[in-house]
Amino acid sequence: MSRVLVGVKRVIDYAVKIRVKPDKSGVVTDGVKHSMNPFDEIAVEEAVRMKEKKLASEVVAVSCGPAQAQETLRTALAMGADRAIHVEVAGKEYETLQPLHVAKILAKLSQDEKADIIIVGKQAIDDDSNQTAQMTAAILDWPQGTFASKVEKTDAGLTVTREIDGGLEVIKTKLPAVLSADLRLNEPRYATLPNIMKAKKKPLKKVTAKDLGIDLAPRIKVVSVEDPPVRQAGSVLPDVDTLVSKLKEGGHV
Amino acid sequence: MFSQSSRQLFLSSQLRRLQSTLVIAEHNNETLSAVTQNTLSAAKKIGGDISVLVAGTKCGPAAEKIAKAGGVSKVLVAENEAFKGFTAESLTPLILATQKQFNYTHILAPATAFGKALLPRVAAKLDVSPITDIIGVKDANTFVRTIYAGNAILTLEAKDAIKVITVRGTAFAPDALDGGSAAVEKAPEGDYKTDLTEFVSQELTKSDRPELTSAKNIVSGGRGLKSGDNFKLLYDLADKLNAAVGASRAAVDAGFVPNDLQIGQTGKIVAPDLYIAVGISGAIQHLAGMKDSKTIVAINKDPEAPIFQVSDYGLVADLFKAVPELTGKL
Repeated sequence: MSRVLVGVKRVIDYAVKIRVKPDKSGVVTDGVKHSMNPFDEIAVEEAVRMKEKKLASEVVAVSCGPAQAQETLRTALAMGADRAIHVEVAGKEYETLQPLHVAKILAKLSQDEKADIIIVGKQAIDDDSNQTAQMTAAILDWPQGTFASKVEKTDAGLTVTREIDGGLEVIKTKLPAVLSADLRLNEPRYATLPNIMKAKKKPLKKVTAKDLGIDLAPRIKVVSVEDPPVRQAGSVLPDVDTLVSKLKEGGHV
Repeated sequence: MFSQSSRQLFLSSQLRRLQSTLVIAEHNNETLSAVTQNTLSAAKKIGGDISVLVAGTKCGPAAEKIAKAGGVSKVLVAENEAFKGFTAESLTPLILATQKQFNYTHILAPATAFGKALLPRVAAKLDVSPITDIIGVKDANTFVRTIYAGNAILTLEAKDAIKVITVRGTAFAPDALDGGSAAVEKAPEGDYKTDLTEFVSQELTKSDRPELTSAKNIVSGGRGLKSGDNFKLLYDLADKLNAAVGASRAAVDAGFVPNDLQIGQTGKIVAPDLYIAVGISGAIQHLAGMKDSKTIVAINKDPEAPIFQVSDYGLVADLFKAVPELTGKL
């Protein structure tokens, strides 16, 4: 039986139109709706399904971030995680927290908690890095099943179907292993009200990166965050003939 | 004495000479992926000496091709059964051994499924923070990338001594791969066989059409197509334009087309000369994958659809009438 560690990140909600700060130091996050990174919902769902199929004994949700990260952890608990660990990172340190730091934290926690499977989303929709699973696997010297759209447990380990550029590929990995969830892995469940209430009573442990012995020194300096170039407003054409002539003018046909 | 500007030029060329970049070639044992050429262009912007590593079970075709690139000093070849399936677990020790021998300042790969799976693993082993999907190079330490689904542009200065970077192909012109004749050498030998992962099989979508990320024209369909069968309308139009066919997430989730056709924040990023969006509303996540296209055409019956805010030419029409008509008139 495996213990599964699942990493979740609190991000600006995917439907929010973000705004860049006037001083170009970042994007406006105060007073903006946040929620669990959509790929992490898929990761939690997969972990909970492993438990429901009796492939996992326990699901531990982990989040690194400021106090509000606990809301995200409560969501994971309401979806079916058994307990949660909040690695508190705030202020300046949080602004420069990168996947390398998070990977070190996850790797350390997986050893402390004796986990055999780590599942995270394939990327966070805020920094769009797509690095954490790969880096966690590297630090632990575990195999990685990235961009997973199907995961099956076998006697020897896991069979993972991965979404690659030309289609799909299947790999077998040993256990312990790190997985990153792609969109097609599953359809995450909604947390029901009774489960949200129950989640409030589930254990949530708070630790700091320092407790874990992880150095969060920044590896990058943000030079600027700016708006992307705005496209010139185009025109609405009356009919297909006009479109055809525009395409010809543009040398497209 | 040197004038101020020539001294700066001298100093900067001195600095540039200290850079050395390793480009990880992407290939399928038969042909070099086109996106490797874009990655090479990014490497040239960084400046300094450039080597290319070709690893696989059969490296001849890719190594021969990349050796013709101007400005590449060395092509390192690692042909080994261990690299079957190009798994990150087998390639990482090879790259680390290569890095140990040659001490590169930069390690680059294309920001494809291959590069994104591999380079963060390499970076963690080197204890450096990788930089994903760059769209610009300001100098040897300063790079530009997008965050928040392309809605903000981040310029960052990397403090790590070794920069491990994946490159967005569409943001850099492909290198012509001519005018050079790099030396082809063996990469450091080692025992790269891993038992962590075993490649089992691949199921690639077969198509005679151009490859999506390098196509000059793309016709893309969304939920408005209503069924997989109706995508035939787009294939017919694509054939007229010698275009690749793409899709929105909605069309993929509905099962109209396979996943690897998805364009967007979490699918492929494209920037063709012509992008025709058919029955696609234009969600933020989709725009992230196509808004750098030169000309965008939108065909949608909803005049309020956000796609019209980025399209150069919009046609408010029923796609089931407009698309066949357009195909007929081209």
